[in-house]
Amino acid sequence: MKRILTSFLVLTAAMLLLLGCGEEPKEQQAEEAPAPTAEAPAPAPAKGNDLEIFSWWAGDEGPALEALIEIYKKQNPDVNVINATVTGGSGVNAKAVLKTRMLGGEPPDSFQVHAGQELIGTWVKADRMEDLTPLFEEQGWMDAFPEGLVKLIGTDKGIWSVPVNIHRSNVMWYVPANLEKWGVNPPKTWDEFFDAAAKLKAAGIIPLALAENWTANHLWESVALASMGADNWDALWSGKLAFDSPEGVKAWSLFGKVLENTNADASSLSWQQATDMVLDGRAAFNIMGDWAAGYMTTTKKLVPGEGYGWLSSPGTSGQFMFLADSFGLPKGSPHRDNAIAWLKVLGSKEGSDTFNPLKGSISARTDSDLSKYNGYLQSAAADFGKDRVVGSLAHGVAANETFMGGFASVMEMFLKSKSPEAAAKACAQLAEKAGI
Amino acid sequence: MILVGVFVYGFIGNTIWTSMTDWGGSGSLALEPEKNFIGLDNYIDLFTGFLGSGFRQDLVNAVYYSVLLLAGAVGLGMFIAILLDQKPRGEDVLRTIFLYPMALSFIVSGTIWRWLLAPQGGINILPTYVGLKPMTFSWLSSQAAILVFNWQDLLRILLFMAAFILILVGLFMLRRDQGRAIGRWLIPGIVIGAFVWLFGDIIPDALFMEEEHGFNMATLGIIMATIWQYSGYTMALYLAGFNGISQDLRDAAMLDGATQVGYYRHIAIPMLKPITISAVIILSHISLKMFDLIFAMTGPDNAQTGHPALTMYLTTFRSNDFARGAAIAIVLFLIAAMFIVPYLVGQYRQRGRD
Repeated sequence: MKRILTSFLVLTAAMLLLLGCGEEPKEQQAEEAPAPTAEAPAPAPAKGNDLEIFSWWAGDEGPALEALIEIYKKQNPDVNVINATVTGGSGVNAKAVLKTRMLGGEPPDSFQVHAGQELIGTWVKADRMEDLTPLFEEQGWMDAFPEGLVKLIGTDKGIWSVPVNIHRSNVMWYVPANLEKWGVNPPKTWDEFFDAAAKLKAAGIIPLALAENWTANHLWESVALASMGADNWDALWSGKLAFDSPEGVKAWSLFGKVLENTNADASSLSWQQATDMVLDGRAAFNIMGDWAAGYMTTTKKLVPGEGYGWLSSPGTSGQFMFLADSFGLPKGSPHRDNAIAWLKVLGSKEGSDTFNPLKGSISARTDSDLSKYNGYLQSAAADFGKDRVVGSLAHGVAANETFMGGFASVMEMFLKSKSPEAAAKACAQLAEKAGI
Repeated sequence: MILVGVFVYGFIGNTIWTSMTDWGGSGSLALEPEKNFIGLDNYIDLFTGFLGSGFRQDLVNAVYYSVLLLAGAVGLGMFIAILLDQKPRGEDVLRTIFLYPMALSFIVSGTIWRWLLAPQGGINILPTYVGLKPMTFSWLSSQAAILVFNWQDLLRILLFMAAFILILVGLFMLRRDQGRAIGRWLIPGIVIGAFVWLFGDIIPDALFMEEEHGFNMATLGIIMATIWQYSGYTMALYLAGFNGISQDLRDAAMLDGATQVGYYRHIAIPMLKPITISAVIILSHISLKMFDLIFAMTGPDNAQTGHPALTMYLTTFRSNDFARGAAIAIVLFLIAAMFIVPYLVGQYRQRGRD
């Protein structure tokens, strides 16, 4: 009798423990962002008139997505939209959930993904996506989107996603008043930067603010683009130029020189903290994507052009390194027609111009209504129309997940050893493994 | 039994098999991913390959981390337990306070410690409250390392360590069984040690290039957090042990003129050897599996503080490199087995003897 009682108690305790464990992450998620639905609901069986949209847009980006859904509902009033959001910056959690769902044979109707190789190298290679070329042709998007962009989101077998926004990655930020105080001009090339850096260092100012590891990758791509030029950059990712070629090594050694001008506590800072360093006057410059403009305009209430200034990162003027969020159509989508209607909203001028001012990015379309955007975004949109468009590595356009995962360790290796040859060689091995 | 067979050993077997394939790279998420048998290539690559340097640093971290965690948590736990054993006033309250960190999950305490150890805040600005300059130690972002060794010398270092252990065991056995101690332990130990010392050059390099790994200073913050979390647990273990020693024994020792220190040093602590052993076993496998705390504190951001379990997760689920992830998992599994199997064997033998 006693034994039964004990085992019963143990069981109850175990159950309680399990329950306790299960509750934790939910609490955390709720804390992070009051998302419409904190967790992906179980996929609805293929009945009813549903549309399940899978994304990581919660928190600040939630309203922008909601606005898109509003437009969709107006056009398709009888469809029940399920907004399946999984929180986590850059989709780190969402991608894991998506992987389990896709592998489990329960794809959402349409899911968010970084445009480019992150999608192509992962899901298209695995033959899990539908070709959207017919949709692009039917909607006239071939002309509405810049040609360079269409090339980067497609392969010779088709076009794989509908881009909803464009972010620029090669932007250098500064505070004009501070630069004036220190007597420094915004540098157009890295040589000018090094001259300015010597002056700044003498005055006790950190020339370039850097944050955690991914921002080092982010900085690397801007430096590498400046070092090798857009043609070589594209050749690199199509496998025509080897990473351990002289151009590749040169990019790494320039990057090493740039790193000497950054703060030592980088890896424990977030990108916002690195931006703050520039705003506080502790550092002079910061290279970050243009979500920094959103942060400085919205959160810090600064006026573009006055409170903060920007320039394409040294040596990359006339080049627009882009990254984009996009939505794709997985094979076996339970409500394919609804999903296609959703993609049409995303690519349309109305959808794009409703979404992007809220999200703090520009439209991928060349005909967008610029009056809806703020000063920074207008300048970015103007550049996007005329600049050479290249894909970002740090944000999934240029290379697939295998390469990106490995690149993080190459970067660590470089941060420690500072050896350009070793890093270039490691990249070359990685490229071979990732099938570039 | 069948369930255990399938869900434990079957899955271990499957992981071993996966680790010997080339499942990874592009197309790895296809419905029928292409997998080819490539033998031990993944392991060879992890230990000697060009791209495995991160993993090797992680392994070194795990070793330093385990040793320091064991020393810290067992030592501090024992110390607190001895203090509480003096029956101070408010013992119950103190015990609760010390045990409380155990109740927090790693992800929560990791986040709290991350704030505490932030370079421009937390602990570093404490001195400013008394008018001093803030400290500038970069707790979680340091790239500096001490106790650095070259991975090329790995085989030599391992042999030295083996020799050292053999000699140590030999000296320990000397009192009990002289002949066996010299023949079985001391002489082989000295021979191996001397051989490596004299002819070390003919032992092959573990790596084709120099690669240095060491104890990273940023790991210190993580170790502090873990010790904080686990010393309460070892304290509870020891306290229970101390309370279990009969008061008569203590009185007898005191009558014989033992000091407080002497009592603990020669009587109480040796009596609690089983507790020490189980604490070491539990903590060592916890330190091997450590994941959430590191993820919360430095995460994938400062890879110098990485840990094999973390790398396993990132490799498998972010880079989609399933085979390599499986190989890391198996390495971890083997290391854990190194700790646990001798313990289980020891237990089994003991039971046989009883």
